[in-house]
Amino acid sequence: MFTPVMFASILPEILILVIGVVLLCVEPFWKEDQRRNAGWLTAGGLFFAIIISLLFGQPGEPTAVFGNMIRFDWLGFFFKILFMFAGAVTALLLMDHDKAGHRGEAYVMLLASLLGMNLMAVSADLIMLYLAIETASIPLYILAGFLLGDDRSTEAGFKYLLFGTLASTIMLYGFSLIFGFAGTTNLYKLSELLVSGDISVLLAFTVFALVIVGLGFKLAIFPFQFWAPDVYQGSPTPVAGFLSTASKAAGFAVIVRFFIVAFPSFAPSWTLILAALAAITMTVGNLLAISQTNIKRLLAYSSVAHAGYALIGVVAFSQLGAASVVFYLAAYIATNLLAFGVVMAFSRITGLEEITDYAGMSRRNPWLALMMLAAFLSLAGMPPFGGFVAKVFVFAAGVQANYTWLVIVGILNSIIGVYYYLNTMKFVYLYRMPNEDEENHPVPLTRPYAIALAILALGVILVGTVFAPWFSWSDAAALNLF
Amino acid sequence: MNFPILSVITFLPMVAAVIMLMVPADRKTEVRGIALATATFDLLLSGWMYLQYLLGGLSGYQFIEQYDWLPALGISLKFGVDGMSAPLVLLTGIVMFTGVLISWGEYKPEKHLSAGIQDRPREFFAFLFLLAGGVFGVFVSLDLFMLFFFYEIAVFPMYLLIAIWGWVKTREYAAMKLTLYLFIGSVVALVGALAMYWTQYQNTGVLSFDMLVMESAGFSQSFQYIWFLPVFIGFAVLGGMWPFHNWSPDGHVAAPTAVSMFHAGVLMKLGAFAALRVGVMLLPQGAKDWAWLIMAFAGIAVVYGAFIAFVQTDMKYMIGFSSVSHMGLVVLGVSTLNHDGLVGAGVQMFSHGVMTALFFAITGMIYDRSHTRQIPELGGIAKVMPFATIGFIIGGLVSMGMPGFSGFVAEFPIFMGVWGRQWMVAVIASISIIITAAYIMMNIRKVFFSPMPEEIEKHHIGDVTVLDKVAIATLCFFMIIIGMFPSVMVPMVESGVENILRLLGGA
Repeated sequence: MFTPVMFASILPEILILVIGVVLLCVEPFWKEDQRRNAGWLTAGGLFFAIIISLLFGQPGEPTAVFGNMIRFDWLGFFFKILFMFAGAVTALLLMDHDKAGHRGEAYVMLLASLLGMNLMAVSADLIMLYLAIETASIPLYILAGFLLGDDRSTEAGFKYLLFGTLASTIMLYGFSLIFGFAGTTNLYKLSELLVSGDISVLLAFTVFALVIVGLGFKLAIFPFQFWAPDVYQGSPTPVAGFLSTASKAAGFAVIVRFFIVAFPSFAPSWTLILAALAAITMTVGNLLAISQTNIKRLLAYSSVAHAGYALIGVVAFSQLGAASVVFYLAAYIATNLLAFGVVMAFSRITGLEEITDYAGMSRRNPWLALMMLAAFLSLAGMPPFGGFVAKVFVFAAGVQANYTWLVIVGILNSIIGVYYYLNTMKFVYLYRMPNEDEENHPVPLTRPYAIALAILALGVILVGTVFAPWFSWSDAAALNLF
Repeated sequence: MNFPILSVITFLPMVAAVIMLMVPADRKTEVRGIALATATFDLLLSGWMYLQYLLGGLSGYQFIEQYDWLPALGISLKFGVDGMSAPLVLLTGIVMFTGVLISWGEYKPEKHLSAGIQDRPREFFAFLFLLAGGVFGVFVSLDLFMLFFFYEIAVFPMYLLIAIWGWVKTREYAAMKLTLYLFIGSVVALVGALAMYWTQYQNTGVLSFDMLVMESAGFSQSFQYIWFLPVFIGFAVLGGMWPFHNWSPDGHVAAPTAVSMFHAGVLMKLGAFAALRVGVMLLPQGAKDWAWLIMAFAGIAVVYGAFIAFVQTDMKYMIGFSSVSHMGLVVLGVSTLNHDGLVGAGVQMFSHGVMTALFFAITGMIYDRSHTRQIPELGGIAKVMPFATIGFIIGGLVSMGMPGFSGFVAEFPIFMGVWGRQWMVAVIASISIIITAAYIMMNIRKVFFSPMPEEIEKHHIGDVTVLDKVAIATLCFFMIIIGMFPSVMVPMVESGVENILRLLGGA
């Protein structure tokens, strides 16, 4: 039976599919110079899908639909909205990419990946979860290597593919162990079995370790962060932004649901393991970021570090903790996309990606410089931008759960962060171009960039100042977990 | 519904910052005009607020505004001023107004004269006003979360202001050092604040960042003992407390004039004020347990700062270290935890803020015209800048604690309070008065009244502008009026101190 609830639960996915199909049918008939309009179509369609989903697709009480494959609740819904927002902005940023913006496949791949991510956020069953993860990953492998004839991009795509398939195979092995011993693939049933004690602790931890490999790769947490800098550097910049935000958030959506729902009975032990991973992740990310000279590599390491901060909320294992993770990701998605958007807008004109190339940027385009300032200060955790509030909430959850040591590690790390973020801004605001003729080298923005960056900057400031609505949504998302 | 005066004072500079950024980059005069209008209006508002408080009631928290911000976690936008914070709001208004005036400057390339801010004034005033909004916010916030929120806003524009418009030789180093010091301090205090928040929840079941609620959270003695130092010192770093003062003179020297004024005049008060409001008022038992350590640190700062200032040859370093010394007096007054010491600390915060802003303003004027701040290279300034000279002398008298000026009103109670606790510290700290008098008078003699060296003579330096004079006169006015009529400020500060003493249990 196909009930209205089932329809509502996959409404966003249906809409994404429709956009993709329309795009595939229409795009071949467009002339070469019109093809970038696929970006308008994708972005507009996704914003439309967000509005429709908010109007008609809101979940009520958590319900299991499609034979317990999908859990229709606020956690999944909130993440879906975040993913679609990130997808829409990424489509806008892709439009004026020299080599990828006029190729319709790029947008279709983006939509396919979004479809997978949306399903990742709602999967309540291991089989569904695995399918969703692969659906989200495979288009991203292609997108990372999308620039034909560019060695770095090819390398990025290939590296991402190899690491990604290896990690997901290991995770799949973990899933098969669960099924072999527990006889179920449903997360919620698994949780009951674990509580009853029918499954040995050793097995539970083996599974935990194997799954961490798969998800750790998605999140780029230590020790699975190696791919991130190379892949981000080589991929088209908007794709790198998408990888570092939506893809990472999708990993968090799974981690929140998987560990909190299925493993509550072992919480004190696995939170400790995750706490250690979080501490190492942010330290490694931040320390390696200091010495980077390429802006995309810097952002890659910084996004590794941010996965560490967000993990503090998972480690806290409380409703506030889960809410703070969701809030953190909302702020982080807007912030990091803004940062990558600025990098994209700058390198489109100049073709340069080294930090030293940003010298004099505030004179070449003051508004772009201000946006970069907002993004970097938000990443550094300064008000009135989203990063500050997000960090405070995550730290508050950590202190509440008596993980004060982890919070202190987090704080020491954010100090390192302040150092390298401000050091980058120093080039933008303080240094001059070699012959001090910035006015002859402006950095104009095309319309898609202006729109995307304005939306993001506004988002970063709104999340950081009027945080009550965002927090209550995050709280609603976390409500049904415990 | 009452006029939300505190919100307007706080958010007006931030709104003005956004408006200024909208103005095209080459309309420098328009930007300055907006800045001056905003600053004037804010000064008038804060002055009006001050008078209202002075004339009406003189007790408790007034002008309270409260808006729920995030009820789920007990965060609200709650503003209010008491006798401690009202003078500081006025101080911020004064420094903001005078800072804009002296940043206007004058630009005559043919005479190698480039006073004030000539490069990208739009961004300069926008960042400066963001900072000012943050400072106002800290002084008026009664919600701990919002206090941190505004505190951080007040910190990070400093980096840009110093790094971009600062003194070329040291600005990058000094700006980064300052930012890291302050950020470390504030996040350490933040952990303490979060610990307080959850402990309060455990004790009373109330989730609230409201500091008036937190006062009665019933923190245990051991909790206060552990967390007082991180919170107090975390904030006091910004107050330039020894041994964490190191960033401060470097920052003063590297910063452009208006930022030095803000930095020494207001930001350092921000640290001392937040340490008092969060550290002492919320953890009073911890304050009592650790008062000896704070007093020792402050005592060292007072004497050490004065001696180091004495041997400086750069005027800005001299004033920077004298700020360490004078802020040491503030912390010393706080550490007494008695009526006299706290009243003195409250008045000293205002007095020092105005005085040091004046010093930095005049130093900046001299430097812009003579291109040196080295005391041995300067001389004869009194002939060309008589008005600035008078201002500097008045500031010097305040600095020395002469009766009839605000410095006396502030320092005398501090020493009385310290004597009541530990007479030895009072004796040692009073050495600083002599040292201060020595370096101030030697500086005045050399810079202003000795014969003008040829190096300076050939620059044909001229007098300060009218706007500069207005700024100097404004600052001097407040120092004299408080010195002559202490009753315009002391009763107000006393009313704030009553509240602190109540929390300390009448000690």
